[in-house]
Amino acid sequence: MLGPLPPIVWLTLYVSGVALALATLAGVPLGAALALNPFPGRRYVELVIYTGMGLPPVVVGLAVYLFLSRSGPLGGLGWLFTPPGMIVAQVIIALPVVIGLTSAAVGSVAPGLRLQVRALGAGPRQVMWAVLKEARLGVLAAIVAGFGSVISEVGAVMLVGGNIEGKTRVLTTAIVLETRKGNFELALALGAALLALALAANAVLLRLGQRARL
Amino acid sequence: MSAGYELRVVQQAYDGSPRRVVLDVDALTVPAGEILAVVGPSGAGKSTLLRLLNFLEPPSAGTVVFDGAVVPPNPPLSLVRRVTTVFQQPVMLTGSVWDNVAYGLRLRGLPTETAVSQVLERVGLAALARHSAAKLSGGEMQRTALARALVLAPDVLLLDEATANLDPYNVGLIESIVRDQNQTRGTTVVLVTHNVFQARRLATQAAFLLGGRLIEAGPVEPFFTSPRDPRTAAFVRGEMVY
Ligand SMILES: Nc1ncnc2c1ncn2[C@@H]1O[C@H](COP(=O)(O)OP(=O)(O)OP(=O)(O)O)[C@@H](O)[C@H]1O
Ligand SMILES: [Mg+2]
Repeated sequence: MLGPLPPIVWLTLYVSGVALALATLAGVPLGAALALNPFPGRRYVELVIYTGMGLPPVVVGLAVYLFLSRSGPLGGLGWLFTPPGMIVAQVIIALPVVIGLTSAAVGSVAPGLRLQVRALGAGPRQVMWAVLKEARLGVLAAIVAGFGSVISEVGAVMLVGGNIEGKTRVLTTAIVLETRKGNFELALALGAALLALALAANAVLLRLGQRARL
Repeated sequence: MSAGYELRVVQQAYDGSPRRVVLDVDALTVPAGEILAVVGPSGAGKSTLLRLLNFLEPPSAGTVVFDGAVVPPNPPLSLVRRVTTVFQQPVMLTGSVWDNVAYGLRLRGLPTETAVSQVLERVGLAALARHSAAKLSGGEMQRTALARALVLAPDVLLLDEATANLDPYNVGLIESIVRDQNQTRGTTVVLVTHNVFQARRLATQAAFLLGGRLIEAGPVEPFFTSPRDPRTAAFVRGEMVY
C-alpha cells in the first residue's frame, strides 16, 4: 500500500517547497518595501494584494493553464502538465500571502525604530534589514501561511499539472482520484501523509521562530 | 573634530488639515565645539529641531549649513553618520546591551570589541553587557542609548531629554560624560532639556523655543541672568504657564 506514496510525497514537497522558496525570496522584500515606502496609490496596491491572498486556487490554475497551453503566450515553454508549471501556479498563490502578511508585520514595528537605526547610521538597506529583524516572528508567520496556502491546494495543481501518475501527481490530487475510485483506505493514508507533512514543515518553522524569540 | 550648524529661515511643517508649521526659525547658529541647551515648553518643536540637525528629515523650507557646507535634501550617508541622537524615548533593538552598543559600529564595518567594552565601562553598564536590552530598567535603557551614541565618536551629539527619568547619581554621571566628551574630543553637543538648572550646569550656549519660534539664543550666562525677551525671562524663572 505504501507503493505509490513516496514519489507522490516527494513531488508534493518539491513543488510546494520550491514555490514557497521563490515566494519568500520575492515576497519578503516586496512586503517590507510596501510597508516602508509610502507612494501614491499604495492603498490600491494593498487592495490588490489582500484580494490576492484569497484567490481561489482553481482560478489561478485556469489562468496559468491558459498562459501555458500550446496556443497560450507562454506555450513555447512546454510547462503545461509539468512540475515547473505547477510551481508557477503555486508561486502566484503564495506570493500575495507572503507579501501581505510581511507588510502587515513590518508595518506594525514601532515607527521610532526606523528613526533610531537611521540616527545610528543605517542606510536604506540596513534600515530594511533592522525592521525585518524586529518583525521576524510576523515574517515567519507569513512564510508559514504561504506554505499552508500551497501545500493544501488542489485546484491549481490539478488543472496545470493534470494529475499524471509518476509525473505530476501530488498528495491532494491523488486524494481526489483515490476517493473517486472508492479507494478510501488509500485516500485516507494520503490524507494522513499530507497532514504529517504540514505538521513537520510547520514544526521546523516554529522551531526557528522559537530561536528567533530569544 | 568639531562641526557646527547654521540654520537660515528654516521651517518644518507637517501635512494635515490645516497644514501645521511646527518649527519656524529665522536664524540659529550652533557653534562648533560648544554645548547648546535648547529649552522650551512641551510641543515647542525641540525634538523636531533635533531631527533636522541629524538630517533625519529635510526641512520643508530654508537652508541648513553644516560644517561650512549647505546640506542637500537627500544628504549622503557619510554626512548623516557624523551626527547621532539619543532620543527622548530610546528604542532598544532586539538583542543584548552589547549588541545595541555594537550596532552602529557594525553598520560602519568597524571593530567592536574594545570600543564597546570601554564605553559600557564608562556608563556603568559593563555588568549588564550580556543582558537582553528589552528587559532593562528605564534608566539603564537611557544609559545604553547614550553608550551606543558615544561609541560612534560623532562630531555632533544630540541629546533629547537624555537624563529624564534618571536618579541624581546617574544624572551627574551622564552630565560628566557629556562634558568630558565635549572637552576631550571637541564634540559639539545639542541638548534638549526641560530642566533650566541642567542647562546652566552644562551648556555654553542656550536657545529658547516657544511655539516653534526661536525667541532667544546666545551665550549661556546672559541668557539665564539677563534675558532680553520677557518670555525667556518668565521661562527661566519657572513662571511660564504651559
Ligand atoms: N511627524 C509629525 N507629524 C505631525 N506633527 C508632528 C510631527 N512631529 C511633531 N509634530 C508636532 O510638532 C509639534 C512639536 O513637536 P516636538 O516633538 O518637536 O515638540 P517638543 O518640543 O520636543 O515637545 P516635548 O517637550 O513634549 O518633547 C507638536 O505639536 C507635535 O504634535
Ligand atoms: Mg520632544
